[in-house]
Amino acid sequence: MSDAVVITETKTLPFSFTLPVVAAAGAFFGLFVGTAQGSTLLGIVGGAVICAALAYVALAMAGVDQERTFKWAVIALFIVAGFVVGRIAGAVVGGLFGWFLGWFIYWIGRGRYRMFLPPYLTSGQVLWHYTFRVICGAVFVFLITPILVVMPLSFNAENFFTFTPEMLSFDPEGYSLKHYRDFFTSADWQQALRNSVLIAPVATLLAVSFGTLAAIGLSSEHVPFRQAIMAILISPMIVPLIISAAGMYFFYSRIGLQGTYLGVVLAHAALGIPFVIITVTATLVGFDRSLTRASANLGANPVTTFMRVQMPLILPGVISGGLFAFITSFDEVVVVIFVGSANQQTLPWQMFTGLREQISPTILAVATILVCISIALLTTVELLRRRSERLRGMSPG
Amino acid sequence: MSRLSSSGPQTADAPTPEDAFHETAALSDRDREPRHGAAADGPMLAADGTPLKKSLARALRAQKLRALALIAPLLIFVLVTFIAPIADMLFRSIENQIVQDTLPRTTAVVQDWNPDTGEPPSEAVYEALYRDLFLAAEARRHTRLGQRLNYEETGMSSLFRGTGRDVDDFGEANVETLEDLDDRWEEAAFWVELTSGEGGEGVVDAARERYMRLADLSSRSPLGDVWCAVKGVFAETCDVAPEDVDLGFSLSGTFAETFPRTAEAYAEFAVFMALEEGETVADDEPWEAVYVALDQDLRALSPEELAAYDGPNADALRAAQEALAEVPPVDFRAAFLNSDEDWADIDNWRTIQTYSPPYTTGYFLNAVDMQKTPEGPALRDADERIYGLLFQRTMFMSLVITFSCILLGYPVAWILANLPMRQANLLLILVLLPFWTSLLVRTSAWKVMLQQQGVINDVLVWLGLVADESRLIMINNQFGTIVAMTHILLPFMILPLYSVMQTIPPSYLRAAKSLGATNWTAFWRVYFPQTVPGIGAGSILVFILAIGYYITPEIVGGTTGTFISNRIAYHISSSLNWGLAAALGTILLVVVLVLYWAYDKIVGIDNVKLGG
Amino acid sequence: MNLAKTLLASTALTVAAGAVAAQDMESPVAGEPMADSMTLVSWGGAYQASQQNAYVEPYLEMNPGVSATWDESSNEAVAKLRAMNEAGNITWDLVDVVAADAIRLCDEGLAMEVDHDEILKPAPDGTDASDDFGDLIVSDCYIPQIVYSTTFGYRTDMVPEGVSAPDDVCDVWDLETYPGKRSLERRPINNMEWALYCDGVAKDEIYDVLATEEGQDRALAKLDEIKDEVIWWSAGADTPQLLADGEIFMGSTYNGRLFSVIEEQDQPVGMMWDMQVFDLDGWIIPEGLEEEELNRVLDFLWFATDTQRLADQAKYISYGPARESSAPLVDKHAELGIEMGPHMPTDPDNAENTLLYNYEFWADYRDDIDAKFQAWLAQ
Repeated sequence: MSDAVVITETKTLPFSFTLPVVAAAGAFFGLFVGTAQGSTLLGIVGGAVICAALAYVALAMAGVDQERTFKWAVIALFIVAGFVVGRIAGAVVGGLFGWFLGWFIYWIGRGRYRMFLPPYLTSGQVLWHYTFRVICGAVFVFLITPILVVMPLSFNAENFFTFTPEMLSFDPEGYSLKHYRDFFTSADWQQALRNSVLIAPVATLLAVSFGTLAAIGLSSEHVPFRQAIMAILISPMIVPLIISAAGMYFFYSRIGLQGTYLGVVLAHAALGIPFVIITVTATLVGFDRSLTRASANLGANPVTTFMRVQMPLILPGVISGGLFAFITSFDEVVVVIFVGSANQQTLPWQMFTGLREQISPTILAVATILVCISIALLTTVELLRRRSERLRGMSPG
Repeated sequence: MSRLSSSGPQTADAPTPEDAFHETAALSDRDREPRHGAAADGPMLAADGTPLKKSLARALRAQKLRALALIAPLLIFVLVTFIAPIADMLFRSIENQIVQDTLPRTTAVVQDWNPDTGEPPSEAVYEALYRDLFLAAEARRHTRLGQRLNYEETGMSSLFRGTGRDVDDFGEANVETLEDLDDRWEEAAFWVELTSGEGGEGVVDAARERYMRLADLSSRSPLGDVWCAVKGVFAETCDVAPEDVDLGFSLSGTFAETFPRTAEAYAEFAVFMALEEGETVADDEPWEAVYVALDQDLRALSPEELAAYDGPNADALRAAQEALAEVPPVDFRAAFLNSDEDWADIDNWRTIQTYSPPYTTGYFLNAVDMQKTPEGPALRDADERIYGLLFQRTMFMSLVITFSCILLGYPVAWILANLPMRQANLLLILVLLPFWTSLLVRTSAWKVMLQQQGVINDVLVWLGLVADESRLIMINNQFGTIVAMTHILLPFMILPLYSVMQTIPPSYLRAAKSLGATNWTAFWRVYFPQTVPGIGAGSILVFILAIGYYITPEIVGGTTGTFISNRIAYHISSSLNWGLAAALGTILLVVVLVLYWAYDKIVGIDNVKLGG
Repeated sequence: MNLAKTLLASTALTVAAGAVAAQDMESPVAGEPMADSMTLVSWGGAYQASQQNAYVEPYLEMNPGVSATWDESSNEAVAKLRAMNEAGNITWDLVDVVAADAIRLCDEGLAMEVDHDEILKPAPDGTDASDDFGDLIVSDCYIPQIVYSTTFGYRTDMVPEGVSAPDDVCDVWDLETYPGKRSLERRPINNMEWALYCDGVAKDEIYDVLATEEGQDRALAKLDEIKDEVIWWSAGADTPQLLADGEIFMGSTYNGRLFSVIEEQDQPVGMMWDMQVFDLDGWIIPEGLEEEELNRVLDFLWFATDTQRLADQAKYISYGPARESSAPLVDKHAELGIEMGPHMPTDPDNAENTLLYNYEFWADYRDDIDAKFQAWLAQ
């Protein structure tokens, strides 16, 4: 699908189409404003009339030439209206609606919604196309909203997980950086951070080194009991965490590993291994075996072949598996609570006790920081993926 | 994030890793055909002169070995750090050695008692119980047994704890008679002289064995010495085995023969002193149980038999026999009833008898809401049944969660697979970001969102859709758990679906449409069947993860939204009923393994993909 | 007889001499070799902070070179000590537990039995430690620190107009006068007692009734009346958060948590002391410590459980000191400057109608009643 080109020309559509559509949208939003202000009917009618009028102004008078001016005017209008109705929060919502309305009027009125679609689509198909996108958008909103919602709470000036009235009215008093200060000055949190940083990379290293070797072994031809071995290696991902945690707790107690650094590292490495196995075997399936033969033919020994030919090509898979293993360890709370002791208290553990014993937005401050780190890591993965495709000479898709 | 052309969906005709192997195998078969135009009549020879077939077989073997050598370290690692712990935990669900280990003599004799007579057991049973309980109380192990039995019969815990405190005083009159008679009975050295000699090793070894079982000192586990070896790899080697600790005491065979009970009790005392206190019998006078045992022994012997005894201090023994004849023998049953009249309770004894064997199905019965009764396993009272309900609920909610994930994940995966690369990757980050955000944060975020004074309710009230007094209840119930867990598990559905959909050429749909199919037909008959492997992969992944969830239901589940895992965690850390936790865990594990097996059959574990 | 009199007299003399010297007495292990680090196990949150402020930090200042690590595992202390004991590797030095757990740990031989008079400092007037702690020494292994209570807090701004604030535990059941959600702990302990009490059972008969099947059913039936309106909590921070959010009208929690919500966080929350359930919190020493570790722990305990230190702890949290001699020394809150005496659960005004946690009863009936309770909850 190549969508980047305009394949259907735009033109101003008749008002008999534009006005009712825009009015319907206006009525929909008017419904909420009206109910909130006490008169639903007035809201619906008012919304429809105002929006239809604006649409008429835009398409009949302002036109495409003054599109920019018109949009800004609408935004300003709704900010003022919103402020009158609902103070600052109202102004923000009003501004957003104004922006949407300005765009929507031109999008509908000029038929821009067909711009990137094949001209032969029926209007029903076009409607379905956009309905589908709205549904997908809703799912993305569902995915991302909880994360966005907690971020402002991390700037809460109070010690509870609640949006205070001050916060909602954007009063600077309601915000503070104290939970970030807490995180950076509290010995407990710093110790937890240190522990996480000490445990996760070592566990990852163990999982990656063992896992990559095994994946290479598994992907060679004729491995006896392949299915059984694979099942055993994948099992840490499949067995419910609570069972793994309980089993490790009892067993590591017996052999003196409970409450030790080594114990936690081994447990986390075991949990990370399936991810490495899965990603590396997947990469190896696409690995062209003739390359190693060619390298051997040219006189390289197996180690050189591995380091110079095989490794660079499967490296993205290894790294991506490693990242999963890392995040497994870095975000793991059930097993570490059971297997670890005070000296291995990791960030998630600290967050868990924080959540249970002293609900404090400090954990949200930590979360916000971690989300930023996640974004950095995701970008890394994406860049690696592109590199891998370039190396293999595969087309994106 | 690696996408590979040949790792496509497991449809009938799509290439799989297995196919690749078969192809290679076929290739190597072909290699065996004459190719170099060598002598047509002799066997094909390799460059070094060996027959090619043999040479190839050798190469194949070497290849297999190399592959295994590469896999071995990880396999061993996973076996030791993961599979062994799981096996160990499963073992706990049937292990019941604590009863036999703590009350070895009682469990042996109580088997002959018939509870249906309605009479409490005989005096012999009470005597055995006294001897067991005395040692257990000294080692402070009796309350652990009390707690174990309290899982089956309420009240056993305090029964054992209370009587454990009193058991020192049983037969007090007889003990005092001995001590008043002659000061020597209170001297450690006198006792050592009385009992020392050669030939009583058997009695001492038995006492040592009993004590080690009682105090859990031996490495008697299903794998025995392997534990010790494993321990040696990670930490210090096992300490000096309790079997080898020197007691500093040797029992006389003659004494043991004439005074069997006393010898047994004294040997136990010696073992206790050596293993627990790090001292010897010469450091302290024996404990009361030894005096009581001597009283029993002296009563069992006729004066003539005693006169024939010629060991050291025989005179003191004879004097003791005369003096003890003046006081009544110890009535163990009365002493126990005096301590707590529940010792006459048939149900308590029945419980001890029922749970005597070293392995029990009791935990599993408990885990399916049943219990042992005289008439065999039976369902518990309706107001005590909980696990069946919890298993059902766990299954039901996991299904709902899986279904919601399909519903929400399918369109998103479709749009990801059909958008241009750059946009798709941007959106993919929106999917992966929650995936990589701490589970705890996401759960508490849902708490902030869903509660009655939470964000969603606030917005609804602000919009006027909901009245302030009738805010929606969306948390601390099944709804909250389902929403939060759907959110948390959704990426596990989207990612496999996405990787499958990416491999489906868009031309199939176009072809279908150009052949006259409607949109719906084209989707349902052409596109959808090709995505089934993705749905299968995602569903089973989500379902398996969901039924094992613990943290999220704990925080947002309330009472109706909790899973079986929450109960398992409760039994591990609060009620300490580890056997029941293990039994519940085993059942859950079996369910998961069956699903895993199904997953492997339907999709193949090689085809799990993460991050596209 | 004369000998006995002389002995008594000399004891009296020693006591008098002790009264003078009590403040300067050295711990019984002074001068012995000691480990230079300790792992203390506690509950986290404000309570752990009060311990840190009242005696851990002062102790560390007095003993430079010594360090203390906290493990917030008191909740799982019994399970973890058992596991450590199985492994033969005790990594904790001093564990803060509630009395029920201490009794359990002591019975199982996981905690060390101590001679309170020998290892704890006498009161300033020379009273022996065992007398100063009195009945609160519920187990030979237990060194109590504070008396806390589980009681109810309510939103003052949600009390309906024209109605007085709730002051009776049975107001929890009065949904008509006080509509709104409640929060109760997700376990039978305390809830069953309150239910029976409000169902008309006399206070001293509660446990007799609760020991019978009918009594248990009766308590659950009483709880059924409000089941739909209850949010069940499991972590100490839940009720304060629910109160602060306005999610509930009233809820049970520890009195120190409520103090923090009311006085430190300044939330519109009131305290209801009626039928508060007293419980203890204190230290146990795990069995099997190395000698140097044990010496360090004993040295620390000598300091941390003396009269002044326990009184100091009340400056940071509203729990009553376990020593009788500490009560008069309880001072103002360290930051807020308010008098702490009236906020103590043991204050006579607050302790008009109370209940004491029945350790013996719950040790026996916990498994059984809990099974029923959880089954009832899940229905």
